[in-house]
Amino acid sequence: MMQNPYIPYPVDVRDIIVENEAKDIKTFELVFHDEKDRERFAFRCGQFAELSILGAGESPIGIASSPMETDHVQFTVKKMGVVTSALHNLEKGATMGVRGPYGNGFPMKRLEGSNIVIVAGGFAFTTLRSLTNYILHPDNRARFGNLTVIYGARSPGELIYKYDLAAWAEMEGIELHVTVDAGDDDWTGLVGYVPTVLKDVAPSADNAVAVVCGPPVMIRFSLPVLAELGFGADRIINSLEMRMKCGIGKCGRCNIGEKYVCKDGPVFTLEELRHLPQEY
Amino acid sequence: MSKWTISKSDVSGFLDELHKSYQVFAPLRREDILVLERVSDQDSVVLDFYNTKQAPKEVFFPRSEVLFSYRDGEVIPASLSDERRVVFGIRPCDARSSVLLDQVFDAADFQDPYYVNRRQNTLLIGLACNKPLSTCFCTTVGGGPFSTDGLDLLWTDLGDRYLVETITERGEVLTASSSLLRQATEEDTTAKAEIATAAEQMVSGPSTEGVKEKLDGMYEDPFWDEVHLKCLGCGVCTYLCPTCHCFDIVDEGRDGRGQRVRNWDTCQFSLFTHHTSGHNPRPTGKERMRQRMMHKFNYFVANFDDIACVGCGRCVRECPVNLDIRAVIESITQIGAG
Repeated sequence: MMQNPYIPYPVDVRDIIVENEAKDIKTFELVFHDEKDRERFAFRCGQFAELSILGAGESPIGIASSPMETDHVQFTVKKMGVVTSALHNLEKGATMGVRGPYGNGFPMKRLEGSNIVIVAGGFAFTTLRSLTNYILHPDNRARFGNLTVIYGARSPGELIYKYDLAAWAEMEGIELHVTVDAGDDDWTGLVGYVPTVLKDVAPSADNAVAVVCGPPVMIRFSLPVLAELGFGADRIINSLEMRMKCGIGKCGRCNIGEKYVCKDGPVFTLEELRHLPQEY
Repeated sequence: MSKWTISKSDVSGFLDELHKSYQVFAPLRREDILVLERVSDQDSVVLDFYNTKQAPKEVFFPRSEVLFSYRDGEVIPASLSDERRVVFGIRPCDARSSVLLDQVFDAADFQDPYYVNRRQNTLLIGLACNKPLSTCFCTTVGGGPFSTDGLDLLWTDLGDRYLVETITERGEVLTASSSLLRQATEEDTTAKAEIATAAEQMVSGPSTEGVKEKLDGMYEDPFWDEVHLKCLGCGVCTYLCPTCHCFDIVDEGRDGRGQRVRNWDTCQFSLFTHHTSGHNPRPTGKERMRQRMMHKFNYFVANFDDIACVGCGRCVRECPVNLDIRAVIESITQIGAG
């Protein structure tokens, strides 16, 4: 009998990390009830899953943990609507559901052998955090060139993954620039918008690929900077979000032109996006 | 494949034979609406009709379907029925729509078990259209009043009898087990050919040749600014459309028990693409009308090499403001034609 793609795998919430000062962004660490489900869920960086809360519904969320961490999977979720609010009300030990992984993920073959420039803003950092941790893993690090990460949030309290940022700052093999739009009394780091910092850091475009995720305004102002630095449209990678339900190309709502964000995306190069309608 | 005839007086007997092994769906009159529904003993099947009000996609893809139930945190899968079904009296345009929907629901990457299960367990007996309606345009979108796409048997009304042509192996098996069929004669097939030719000539509509390529360059065209203006956004065109397949998934229940249900949805509603953030990539009727036309005549063609319209004319007949898809296609083909 064929696998029923609509039935979520049961998982337990093993840990919940409150990521920001406003407490509306949390990371959920999930472990599968069934070992076979865990194996079926083998994923790549940049893919997403439908998180399921029985009685509330489902929400498509990017995978925030690295595929190298195989005993669990993490999702960082901002409290926004019905499902994400129900999720935020869960406590450690709760049971919920996951189905996926879905989507194309980042073009890893393309990224291997290249210098990687990650440009991220706000809570859209999630799948790029997965990618960063994947690249930094000792088994993988040699397959990638230089890694530059530029990450910004509105204020110090809104930076997510502070534990990762602290660890990366001590590590070899990553050039990290963390910035905030406005600092506070304790903040000693960079102050400025992500596109400005990107311009100051000016990462070389030689054999480099830029992966950009963030709020629309950050993307709008970062793209010209990348172009100026010499990044061609085929070497700028975006990940899109769209309202979706099934996640498997049937329910018909997440298309941009002939492409479905759920299965042809969510990852597209800027070059690919230029051939699609501006309907996102 | 074989050809048979059946006397009109034997049709109810044939349906009784079918009933022994299958659940039979056929055109029935419910008050003043012609529907395609499960036939019970009390029902009399309507054979003299133009087409059913609703599209038969409901037989495979119900407007509301339980994906699974849940109770106290446990998921209880919906059991897939192994019921064998026959749809009797489906029009060739509607049968073609099943072939188009198969591309979506029975795709190589993900199969929809609910739809695929019903498709595999269902035979389609088509009734050719001797008298197409003025709103029919099947021949302009790859079909025809005698098209056999998706059918197991094609029946043609020859006056006092039907010509029964088997199209598939499954159709062959079905006819072999009936005692009411007679071998068709040369005269029967000649009569059918004449009726078919006449019927095909009765169908008209704008040519869809080159429409896909035309639409490739029309996303930003000012054409979309006005064409949607009289549309009310009621979505009836998409609900009645045999090829529209969009759906929503919602949880219905309380106190820890309920069901995850999928319901038909439509690209004509603003909430369809409305993000939780408030952003909406298709905020007005302009974008939504464009999506409907583009999906049918451009995006679906790009993905599956076929137009997602079978020319049944339901959207033409039932639109409350007479927004005629044929006129829209015609306008598209005429843009820039001098």
